[in-house]
Amino acid sequence: MPVPSSVLAAAAPVWDWGYALEVLPDLLRALVVTIEITLLGSALAMALGLVIAVLRRARIPVLDQVVWAFVEVVRSTPLLVQIFFLFIVAPRFGLTLSAFLVGVLALGVHYACYTSEVYRAGIDAVPRGQWEAATALSLPHSRTWTAVILPQALPRVLPALGNYVISMFKEVPLLLAIGVVEVVNAAREAGSQTFRFVEPYTIAGLLFLALSYPASMLVRRLERRVGTV
Amino acid sequence: MIVFSAVEKRYDDHVVLSELDFTVSAGEHVCLIGPSGSGKTTILRLLMTLEAADGGTIHVGGECLTHMLRGGRLVPADEKHVREVRKRIGMVFQQFNLFPNMTVRGNLVEAPTRVLGLSGDEANARAVELLELVGLSEKIDAHPTRLSGGQQQRVAIARALAMRPDVLLLDEVTSALDPELVAGVLTLLRDIGERTDITILCVTHEMGFAQDFAHRVLMFDGGRVIEDAPPSKLFAQPDHQRTRDFLRAVIDRA
Repeated sequence: MPVPSSVLAAAAPVWDWGYALEVLPDLLRALVVTIEITLLGSALAMALGLVIAVLRRARIPVLDQVVWAFVEVVRSTPLLVQIFFLFIVAPRFGLTLSAFLVGVLALGVHYACYTSEVYRAGIDAVPRGQWEAATALSLPHSRTWTAVILPQALPRVLPALGNYVISMFKEVPLLLAIGVVEVVNAAREAGSQTFRFVEPYTIAGLLFLALSYPASMLVRRLERRVGTV
Repeated sequence: MIVFSAVEKRYDDHVVLSELDFTVSAGEHVCLIGPSGSGKTTILRLLMTLEAADGGTIHVGGECLTHMLRGGRLVPADEKHVREVRKRIGMVFQQFNLFPNMTVRGNLVEAPTRVLGLSGDEANARAVELLELVGLSEKIDAHPTRLSGGQQQRVAIARALAMRPDVLLLDEVTSALDPELVAGVLTLLRDIGERTDITILCVTHEMGFAQDFAHRVLMFDGGRVIEDAPPSKLFAQPDHQRTRDFLRAVIDRA
């Protein structure tokens, strides 16, 4: 026979401050892991996304189609599937990675397929005359990219990249599926030992809010300063 | 210095240039005039390799821009060959196209250091000298976006000259300028024409400028040169009715 909820409610307060303080250190440790994964994953997404965007602009036959297909596959399948895939399939090819590293790789590659589109828009927004002036001066391709095109394209894409960092941060909890102890996983573990979930999950949510909200404010200020593509 | 033989250029079905032949001697100033869409600008873009010809050959300074010899046979030029020939050509655009992320100095030293291999000091000295020539010495550390259109175009001219080109291409360089700024830029170009022996090809709608600057004027229509004469002849007694109509229309507008 189910226990009436009123009985449970009477047995314990809805919010127990003492318990909340008790679980906080574990959650903060998990937050550090979450931030680490976000920063490493973002670095990968920004670097790889730029490589993809530049490669696609170069329109090298075959390679262009391969890159295009890869980007479409990644964009059209759930991140969670990609995480499982990397975690379970990669070892079959002799590539055994820690769950942490799988998380960084999966998020980084997944987001690279989105940041590449951001870079592409930024690169396309540089007027054609800039390419033509570089050609007229016989600048080498590499120099045209690094000295003329990217310095004009990158400031404009920073806000959009910032937004992707924030969404990646909020998607790190997907990695609980492969056992990474990030914030939500830590909250779940704490809760499953005491059967009290309200405090850990609430704190987990507040931790995300405490970082995401100021970060998105920062991105908005950046948007006002540099404009958007 | 410049030889076009049987040059063809099409955009899809539209023929821009057909079987075009013409020659420009070293040091000559040639103005290209004609209605818009007649292919004048395309000639400059082909020379600057911003576009590729669909047929025919183009030579610059005795070197072929469109083809190269490989194993005793002529094959389409590759990037490396084009780069070598192109170094001798400079271009000034209608929209200036200065690099907004660099200062005026940066715009002027970029290619001389990176392409010609000049030292920073040499390139800088060249930049200082050229800015003096175009009358903008005090703007050397300014950003192009802070300059007026006329000033930007002077910097763009200096930037092209910093490469010491044998051939200078001017693509409607005063068309985007406010009317009061046009005369200054044209005076500068006349000055450069007198002081240097650069071969200059100039697409323009400024007939007064063409008249006193050009050694020869080519009248284009429908992708062909329909009249090729010194300005004294072409403006005073054109042979073709098309030329007469065009000149009348341009002069009426001005």
